[in-house]
Amino acid sequence: MEAINVIEGEIAVLDRSDVDTDQIIPKQFLKRVERTGYGEFLFYDWVRDGEIVLEPHPILVSGRNFGSGSSREHAVWALHQFGFKAVIAPSFSDIFYSNSTKNGFLPVELSEDVCQALVEAGEAKIDLENQMVSWAGGEASFEIEAEIKRRLIGGLDDIALTLMDEEEIEAFESGPGGTYGPVTTSL
Amino acid sequence: MPKTMFEKIWEAHEVRENLLYIDLHLVHEVTSPQAFEGLRMTGRKLRRPDKTVATADHNVPTDGTPTAAMIKDALSRKQVETLEKNAADFGVPVYSLGSETQGIVHVIGPELGLTQPGMTIVCGDSHTSTHGAFGALAFGIGTSEVEHVMATQTLLQNLPRTMRINYSGTLAEGVTSKDLILATIGKLGTSGMTGYVVEYAGEAIEALTMEQRMTVCNMTIEGGGKAGMIAPDETTFEYMRGKAGVPENFDDAVERWRQLPTDEGATFDTEVEIDASRISPMVTWGTTPGMVIQVTDTVPDPEQMDSPADREAAIRALQYMGLDAGTPMEEIRPERVFIGSCTNSRISDLREAAGAIKGRKVADSVRAMVVPGSALVKAQAEDEGLDRIFSEAGFEWRGAGCSMCLGMNPDTLFDGERCASTSNRNFEGRQGKGGRTHLVSPTMATAAAIEGHFVDIRNWS
Repeated sequence: MEAINVIEGEIAVLDRSDVDTDQIIPKQFLKRVERTGYGEFLFYDWVRDGEIVLEPHPILVSGRNFGSGSSREHAVWALHQFGFKAVIAPSFSDIFYSNSTKNGFLPVELSEDVCQALVEAGEAKIDLENQMVSWAGGEASFEIEAEIKRRLIGGLDDIALTLMDEEEIEAFESGPGGTYGPVTTSL
Repeated sequence: MPKTMFEKIWEAHEVRENLLYIDLHLVHEVTSPQAFEGLRMTGRKLRRPDKTVATADHNVPTDGTPTAAMIKDALSRKQVETLEKNAADFGVPVYSLGSETQGIVHVIGPELGLTQPGMTIVCGDSHTSTHGAFGALAFGIGTSEVEHVMATQTLLQNLPRTMRINYSGTLAEGVTSKDLILATIGKLGTSGMTGYVVEYAGEAIEALTMEQRMTVCNMTIEGGGKAGMIAPDETTFEYMRGKAGVPENFDDAVERWRQLPTDEGATFDTEVEIDASRISPMVTWGTTPGMVIQVTDTVPDPEQMDSPADREAAIRALQYMGLDAGTPMEEIRPERVFIGSCTNSRISDLREAAGAIKGRKVADSVRAMVVPGSALVKAQAEDEGLDRIFSEAGFEWRGAGCSMCLGMNPDTLFDGERCASTSNRNFEGRQGKGGRTHLVSPTMATAAAIEGHFVDIRNWS
């Protein structure tokens, strides 16, 4: 995963709430078996119908409940590959937020008022280490879970980190916890 | 100290703090290829094929196409064939096109007895919350997490908050568990459950069958919830008894599962009270599942809405849906009807829908289709003669799959078409670009197919 810390530059605005992942990347583009090639299809229907125009600025600001609906990680891949490095919104769906942090793509939760100020400012700087967003005329702090922040800044590989504790997993499996559930291969 | 059901399951699965062991990993063709590829590129193995199962559902045509190689759409064919190859390479059992146990991933888990109380279950699909109906902790994940589970059989997780929704009273005649969950999302909003694991409880929930409970838990994600859960009880155990994947010592397992329900005095971060007896048949009018009203209501007026964000969203939604504020919902005329999806495609859903037909025909203005959730559901329905009831009434009887819920296969709406759908999402373009989706229960969908417009099922003879 690409390491991130400071993200700075112009802001693209998508002034809508409940932007769901079906809009971010429509289903016909989920048939690919690769992780790349999604950027050009970002918001495909809205862009093609001329409803919105988006520039690939570093930062996207949008409305509440961003990334709702389907768990498709393709939505994060599309936003990232289009050129965005961070998205700021008043709230996110849980799965979208998690998917973002697995891809070095930064979701930042800030109030409606701050989002409005950012839209008016047109440019901003996100400092992940210090958990601050600043713009001409203001700044605001944001929350992020410490371990998620550490992994984003370090560009760390979750799987490699977990496998360093493989003995703990083996110990769990040989205890009572390893006995739950069916054996799928025996059906 | 008294514990919630969620806390009991969480604690029993902590390998260490924030690392949760996963008992069952369900895999389908759309969100897994990049994860399998990741394993290959890093030379990692899939840790526990015996806790993993795969099926093809999102992409499959429902026209009886017998094998993956026969899928006409080249990209869909490649994705299903890739799933078959990946499953073979990594030793994962796969129920692909042509298998007698193929079907929607959230239908086959329970019907094969793979879904059991007290388990942790994940899948690269947001409707994984369905399995919580058995008293399991089940939730959707993204492809990076799919790869993490494949490689480690664990998942990094922060402790979520807990919510309990208590439903007092009982549902009125004609009102279903679909209406119950739609009404709940209408009340709490599309992000009202965000960050929460939700336990559905109370008299109205206890009275539901397992398949009705699955409908409730299935749509938890539409309220933003991480997972939905219902305490296992006699209804759960009787439903599971005899299914292929259940423990050999079933009665011993039942005794363990009886320890799972939330203890008296356990606390939740949030509690919500809903009077189930006041819930009516529901229909969505907009482009999120939270935009939902009673079938007896009229299309809402954006000008009457308090918040500017709600008003703007409603104006956009009405424009997209081609609806005018003030129109009675019962005057809205769908041209398509879809009975299916992981929300409402199980045998009891099909029995209810078929039972409502009573010799009548689908209206001339409507094209209606019924898509069983799995090959087993299809076979069962055909044994019971439901396929003939549907066909004689003018419904198309299809093969198993996700079908028109998300239109990744040939079943889609055309631009501007209006559909009464038993699925879970009425997002813009979800069922096909320009398609207009109204979410309803199976009986409400059947009535709309026959009358050509929405009707209040309670007064429909």
